[in-house]
Amino acid sequence: MDNDKNILEVRDLQVNFKTYAGDVKAIRNVSFDLRKGETLAIVGESGSGKSVTTRTIMGLNANNADIASGTIKYKGEDLLKKSEADMEKIRGQDIAEIFQDPMTSLDPTMKIGRQIAEPLIIHKGMKKEKALAQALEMMKLVGITDAENRINDYPHQFSGGMRQRIVIAIALINYPEILIADEPTTALDVTIQAQILNLMKELQDKISTSIIFITHDLGVVAGMADRVAVMYAGKIVEYGTVDEIFYNPKHPYTWGLLSSMPTLDTGGDELPSIPGTPPDLLDPPKGDAFAARNAYALKIDTEKEPPFFKVSDTHYAATWLLHPDAPKVTPPEQIVERQKKYAAMHKELLAQQRTQGPVEEEEEKQ
Amino acid sequence: MDYENAEKILEVKHLKQYFNVGKPDEVRAVDDISFDIYRGETFGLVGESGSGKTTTGRAIIHLYEPTDGEILFNGKNVDTFTSAADHREFRQDMQMIFQDPYASLNPRMKVKDIVAEGIDINHLAKDDADRSKRVEDLLETVGLNKDHSSRYPHEFSGGQRQRIGIARALAVDPKFVIADEPISALDVSIQAQVVNLMKKLQREQGLTYLFIAHDLSMVKYISDRIGVMHYGRMLEIADSDEIYAHPLHDYTKSLLSAVPVPDPEFERTRQEIAYDGSQENDGKSRHMVEISPRHWVRAADDEIAMYTRRAHEASLIKD
Repeated sequence: MDNDKNILEVRDLQVNFKTYAGDVKAIRNVSFDLRKGETLAIVGESGSGKSVTTRTIMGLNANNADIASGTIKYKGEDLLKKSEADMEKIRGQDIAEIFQDPMTSLDPTMKIGRQIAEPLIIHKGMKKEKALAQALEMMKLVGITDAENRINDYPHQFSGGMRQRIVIAIALINYPEILIADEPTTALDVTIQAQILNLMKELQDKISTSIIFITHDLGVVAGMADRVAVMYAGKIVEYGTVDEIFYNPKHPYTWGLLSSMPTLDTGGDELPSIPGTPPDLLDPPKGDAFAARNAYALKIDTEKEPPFFKVSDTHYAATWLLHPDAPKVTPPEQIVERQKKYAAMHKELLAQQRTQGPVEEEEEKQ
Repeated sequence: MDYENAEKILEVKHLKQYFNVGKPDEVRAVDDISFDIYRGETFGLVGESGSGKTTTGRAIIHLYEPTDGEILFNGKNVDTFTSAADHREFRQDMQMIFQDPYASLNPRMKVKDIVAEGIDINHLAKDDADRSKRVEDLLETVGLNKDHSSRYPHEFSGGQRQRIGIARALAVDPKFVIADEPISALDVSIQAQVVNLMKKLQREQGLTYLFIAHDLSMVKYISDRIGVMHYGRMLEIADSDEIYAHPLHDYTKSLLSAVPVPDPEFERTRQEIAYDGSQENDGKSRHMVEISPRHWVRAADDEIAMYTRRAHEASLIKD
C-alpha cells in the first residue's frame, strides 16, 4: 500500500467503556487507512462501533471511554497523544464532522450566518465581517437558496434538508482535510437525501476532501463510497473497494447484510434475515463474534478468531471460510447473482484492456 | 391477491383532516383522499415527511375527528356509532403498531401487563391463569420467550421491543393493523426479521395491514398495493410491482428515481428525475381516475388522455 497517500492511519485501536457492569469492549483492534480524496464507508449495525471509531478520531468520546491501545496517525502525528487544546485546533479545521441529526446539531439561538462563520472566527482569527462574507459564499456553494436574505435567519426557520446543508456548510467552511459524515442523511427523505449526497460528491471534487462516511444504508454506500469497511461487534470483518464488497463479498456477515435488504426486485415470501442479535460486548464471545448468528460457521469459529485473509490487493476478509482447508460453501442466492455480475464485469474489463494494447498495461505495472 | 372476489374492509371517502381550522396557520395535512383496502391485503402508504401518511393512519383509527369525508370500516361509518359495544368492537378490530419501540412501551409496566392491557380492557380472559396463558402464547407467536413476560421493556433490544409492540396489537385478535413505520428505527438485519414476522402473522391470521413507511424498497417488498402521497394528497395507487415498474405520475417517477440501490454499477448511472410540485396547485380540479385496471392516478380532466397514453406505452392497457 502507498503510505504517502494515506492521510489517516488507524492502527490496532482498542476502546473500552467503563460501566458499572464492567468494561464494554466497543472497539476491538481496528486498523484502517484513509487516502487523500477518497470516500471510505464504514457500515454495520448499531453498536458495531462505527460511531465510536470516528468519535475517537475526533477526540470526542464520553468521559468513561478508555483508549486501551492503538495509534491514529494524521499527517505523521498521533492524534491520541495530542492535548485537548491541540485537538480543539484540529477539530473544525483539519477534521470536521457532519452529525446525524440536523435538528439537534445546530444552536437554536444563533443566526445561521454566524454559526457558519464561527469556525473561521475561532480557528483563523478572522474578522467578523470577512468571516460572514465567506459564510455567505459557502451558503451559496451548498445550495441554500436566497442566501443573502437568509443569512440572519435562525435554524428553526429552515426545513430539515436545508438545515443539513447548513451543517455541511459549517463542516466545510475551513476546507477540512478529512470530513466525517455520521449518518448525514438518515433523518432525511429520499429526495432530499439524493440532493445532499450529490452535493457532498460535488464538494468533494471541488475541495478534494477525504470522507469517512458512516451509514447502515447499503444503497447510499453503493452510490458514495470508493472503499467500504464492514464492522461487526467492534471489529472490521471485511474491507475492499466498493465493487469488491458489493459484487464479491466473502464474509458471511456481509452476505447477510446484503441479502437482508430488499432491492426493488426482491420477491418471495421470506426475506433472508440474520437470525439473533449482536453479541454483548461486555463479554465478547471467544473466536468469531459472528459465529452464533452464522449459518456457515465452522467449528474453529467458536474457538479461534479468524485473521484477515487476502482476497485481492485491496480486499481482505476475516473469516475462516477463506482458509485453504475450509470446506467450499455456496453463498446465499442473492450473493451468487452478485458474483455472476462481478465476473461479467471483470471479463468486460479484461477485454477492454486487451484492445487498448500493451502500452497501457506497462503503465499499470508501475 | 385475488382482487376479483376481494371484499373491502376499509373505505376512505374524501377524507380531509385539517388542523387549526379557520386560523391563519391552518394546516391541510390530509386534503381529500379516497382509497379502499381489501380484506387480507397489505396496503403500503409512502411519501415524504409531511405528506400526510401518518395523519391518514391516525385518522383511520380515529385518534382524530375527521374534518370532512367518511371512513367506513366493514361497511360501517365509525362516526355514526352510538352504542358503546360498537365502539368497543371497532377498537378491538383495529390495532396499531408504532414507529418508535423505545417510546411506545410504558417503562414502568412489565411486558405481560403491556401485552395484556387490551385483554383486560376488553375482558377477554376468564381468569388470571387464562390471562397468563394468552400472554405467553402471544409472546411465543412473535418469537419471544415466555419467560420474558415478567421483565421490563428496558431489558430488551429494539427488535425485541417491536415484537412486544406487535404482541400487544395482536392480543385483542384484530382484523386490521395499522403499522406506522414499524421498522424504521431498527437495524437492517433486524428489519428483515420483523418484516418476516409480520408476513407470517398475516398468512396465519388473515390480517389486513396498512403499512406506512418511507423506505420504498421495504414497502414494495411487503405490500400488495401502494398509494403514493404528496402534500396531503393521494397521487397514485396501483399494485406494488406495477407502480415500481411503470409509475404514471411524475411525482412517483421522481420519488422512485431517488431511491438508493445497493448496486454500485446502478448507482454510477442513476439519473434523478426532478419534480415540480407547483403543477399540482394550478387551480384545476383533480380527482382519482382509474387509468388501467386497479391503477389510479390523480388527474384533471384534460390530463387523463396523457396518462392513458403513458399507460399504453407501458402496455398496461391491452387493446
